[in-house]
Amino acid sequence: MSYELRRRLWAAILILGFFAAWEFLCLALQVSDLVLPRPSQVFATLVARLGILWPHVLQTLWTTMIGFVLGVTVGVIIGAAIGVSRTAYDTVYPLLIGFSSIPKVAVVPIFVLWFGSGATPAILTALAMCFFPIVVNIATGLATTEPELEDVLKSLGASKLDILWNVGLPRTMPFFFASLKIAVTFAFVGSVLSETVASNKGIGNVMMTASSNFDVPLVFAGLFLLAALGILLYVAFSLVEARVTGWATRRQGFAAA
Amino acid sequence: MSPSQAIQQGRSSIAVELSQAAVSFGKPGKAVPALQETNLRIADGEFVALVGPSGCGKSTILRLTAGLLQPTRGAVLVGGREVAAKALRIGMAFQNPTMLPWLTIERNVMLPLKIVRPFRSDYRAKRKTEYRDRVHALLADVGLDKFAGHYPWQLSGGMLQRANLCRALIHEPSLLLLDEPFGALDQFTREELWGTMQSLWLKRKPTVLLITHDLKEAGFLASRVCVMSARPGRIINDSAVDFPRPRTIQMTFDADFVALNQRLRDLIIDARTDTAIRGA
Repeated sequence: MSYELRRRLWAAILILGFFAAWEFLCLALQVSDLVLPRPSQVFATLVARLGILWPHVLQTLWTTMIGFVLGVTVGVIIGAAIGVSRTAYDTVYPLLIGFSSIPKVAVVPIFVLWFGSGATPAILTALAMCFFPIVVNIATGLATTEPELEDVLKSLGASKLDILWNVGLPRTMPFFFASLKIAVTFAFVGSVLSETVASNKGIGNVMMTASSNFDVPLVFAGLFLLAALGILLYVAFSLVEARVTGWATRRQGFAAA
Repeated sequence: MSPSQAIQQGRSSIAVELSQAAVSFGKPGKAVPALQETNLRIADGEFVALVGPSGCGKSTILRLTAGLLQPTRGAVLVGGREVAAKALRIGMAFQNPTMLPWLTIERNVMLPLKIVRPFRSDYRAKRKTEYRDRVHALLADVGLDKFAGHYPWQLSGGMLQRANLCRALIHEPSLLLLDEPFGALDQFTREELWGTMQSLWLKRKPTVLLITHDLKEAGFLASRVCVMSARPGRIINDSAVDFPRPRTIQMTFDADFVALNQRLRDLIIDARTDTAIRGA
């Protein structure tokens, strides 16, 4: 059996085993489904109520994606600026650290105050959650350009833009994609957080309402949906990453491609 | 006007001239001298090696010549003009080959053509035809033609350094600056690359300024060897090396060659002990 196949098999066994153990322990210890519903109950709820849940899934997905795209844009611009210019780094970084240290749950009420409840605060919270890892990774990637290579290019008469375009940005790509995978899950946390506080749509809102109705299986159904969406987007970015930055992991397939 | 004609017209008999060029780093008043007033003239097509104790300012001279550093006092003229950080069509290679890992060797070597005028304006049109052939011809000169499509991590250190030399030469620079390009290689690979370097130079005759710690390397490659004093450096000896070319590794065991080696070695040891005494 190939190494790759064995690895996947073990991953599948771990996931199935996790759910089996959960199911078994709930049955054995007779846990009430008001405390912890069994996975089978959660899946049954998921299937039965998918029609009602679906619009909420779409709501969360699009607010997250807009927040994510905006976050990436802002993150790349700030990251490039502080990665290229020492002055920008010194001036902007303290403020950024301060901002990223604020728990984002604390800013949701402010967004609601400014923009009302609904999609806008969800988008903004997603943006606020996800831009920081991108800034840090882009800046790091740019700052690690070898000084010798910069000398070689400068002696050829290369402008700062030439160096950024030919060396800085391609070198940043592995860092960038690694940060995208983190950022997209952060964006989900942000939008759901905002939905639980102030929205009448979205998975966060469904879970909030369900928990106040003691509909615990529905709360868990929401969690499962979030996990599924998170995995889906993570996988999507991993595929793009492997395609674009295969050189960084020295895959044999990349050299042949 | 073709690129090679442009070089011909831009050439004067003196390729590089440092006159009373001195460099110090840090704020005025607390400045640390790195290079004392130095005079150095390199004629067109000459191969000059610069040797000396570590930290003596060899790399400072190289950076001055490349226009990456401005002299604190004095002047640096390259091709008869004052050096600024603008395009001078200089080729550079360092000990670290700094190949870009996401590009094939072919594209790495082609990089200067993407940046240097007048090549850059035609880059898109010619990268798959004329420029590609040019890169392949140069790679063939150093025995790397079969590796054009490989990625840097698939090559050995010696092969990467050959590619590095190709990248420094692809835009036909009239001046080639080398900062210990063979320093990180094992003895046998290094000697092999001296041969490669010699044939590249004999074929194209660019002006070369080579920085090295290896006196044998200086004697094998250079037509002139300059010895520097300890920091803050200045040039304390300037000797012509007249061995006939092409030189062979066998020649490095001849009495004349060994004598030159010995003499350079004594000069550097003197320069080092000189500082030790001054420092005490």
